[in-house]
Amino acid sequence: MKFERYGLGMAKGLSVTLRYFFRSPSVTQYPEQRLHTSRRIRGNELVWDRQKCTGCCTCAKSCPQGVIEIVTSTNMVNNKYEVEKYRVDTGYCIQCGLCVESCPYGALFFSNAYECSKYRRSELIQDKEDMMLESGKKQPSGYFYPEIAAELPRQTLLVEKIIEED
Amino acid sequence: MVINNPVIYAVNPQTLAADWPGGFWWHWVLFALVTIIVVILMVMGYIYIARRQIGRMQSRVGPNRTGPFGLLQPIADVLKVLLKESITPDAVDRPVYWLAPIVGLVPVFVVFAVMPFTDGGMLANLNVGILYVVAISSISTIGMFMAGWGSSNKYSLISAMRVVAAVVSYEFPVLLSIASILLLSGSLSLNDIVLAQDIPFILLQPLSFIIFFIAGLAEISRAPFDLLEADQEIVAGFHIEYSGIKFALFYLVEYGEAFLLSCLITTIFLAGWRGPILPEWLWFILKSLIVWFVMVWLWATMPRVRIDQLMALAWKFLLPLAIINLIVTAIQVLTLPQDSLWIMIPVNFAITAVLILFWSKKFFKLGWGRVEV
Repeated sequence: MKFERYGLGMAKGLSVTLRYFFRSPSVTQYPEQRLHTSRRIRGNELVWDRQKCTGCCTCAKSCPQGVIEIVTSTNMVNNKYEVEKYRVDTGYCIQCGLCVESCPYGALFFSNAYECSKYRRSELIQDKEDMMLESGKKQPSGYFYPEIAAELPRQTLLVEKIIEED
Repeated sequence: MVINNPVIYAVNPQTLAADWPGGFWWHWVLFALVTIIVVILMVMGYIYIARRQIGRMQSRVGPNRTGPFGLLQPIADVLKVLLKESITPDAVDRPVYWLAPIVGLVPVFVVFAVMPFTDGGMLANLNVGILYVVAISSISTIGMFMAGWGSSNKYSLISAMRVVAAVVSYEFPVLLSIASILLLSGSLSLNDIVLAQDIPFILLQPLSFIIFFIAGLAEISRAPFDLLEADQEIVAGFHIEYSGIKFALFYLVEYGEAFLLSCLITTIFLAGWRGPILPEWLWFILKSLIVWFVMVWLWATMPRVRIDQLMALAWKFLLPLAIINLIVTAIQVLTLPQDSLWIMIPVNFAITAVLILFWSKKFFKLGWGRVEV
């Protein structure tokens, strides 16, 4: 005799909703609570290490969108290129990561910022002052750099939140 | 009757009518107003509870921004609805269209006149209380039908036809299940029904309770019988052409009827205001909130039924069971001695289980077996 037809199925359904009622909700109250993003997130900005950069322009050449604009001048005293202008129009960036992967000196990173909405397109253009790693405002993500990724906090998953509270 | 209970003293006109300045009518106005305010406040509480509880049951949080714990959310809802533009389509039957929300709303409030919130704490202790409730609450269906007809929209008309069909069909099981309760209580007055419940009638009449609960849900078209409104599939039912304050009135009717049903279940089956320690009115409110919790729980769980399933459930399942239950109860009341009603508890639970299993196995086939359930 299959009792599913005589109310047991309903009882099972009701027990599921009751369990859900007593466990923690799996949503995040966003502005107050923030989750850790993936450690290898390709964020909406680029972070640029001025010390390591030699001004070779490999990033600009590899960019399929052509959004990286770099102008260098020769510094005869130190025998190196001086980066005069480094601009990225992140509005056109497709987050492919080719610039980060192609940099021969490891001077370019994705940032792990994701709240980069702006009111005007012009505000999306980043200058080299905005991207500087030394400024400390930018946190490079672990994309293409496992050693950075290892230091970042683990990504929080909503599933874990439920399991913890259960 | 205990005369030193202040609530009885204030609310029961027989005890105090002469002392009131200005005479009798003043008393009625004041306590009618109090009742209406209580109903509106409870409706707001019900909306809040429903939204939070469904939120939690769907792993969400529910409204929690407006005021502490989102308690002001119903007020914000009301304000929003009131500020909306009230659109009247060109082709509507104007008098009917404008009258419909009021015809729907007034009976819901009027019914609470006979609801005993405490011992005798009611506006009018009618000796035909339950009959009055059933008769008056059916009037709001006319309001819904007027809304469906008056908005000159074929979809709202279809929905209104279905409301009427559902209410007419489910009135029979409701009345028959109440009838078996009346055999036990021996009175139609709601207060006397509560007084008769030394053992709550949910234990003495489990089948009657199940029938009343299901049929009541269907009558006020709450989930899983809310196919007339079906928020997720269609926008609304009979009130599709209503907006602004007129829509708010229909919303109030919907939740007011839910409050009414939970109050009725509390009064008839859960021994109303009776309970230890806590004050009587608090017991009443608590019990009605528990009933509402179960209703919202079902709302969050059950899939919606189709219109043919709705009709089939009323006529092929609930009605025969209600008739059998009435006959069985009558036999029990006649044969059992008055002081040993507790014998009915195991007997009736057994009868309930056997009847439901047997009936769903042998007789009740949706669409005569066309549809696998």
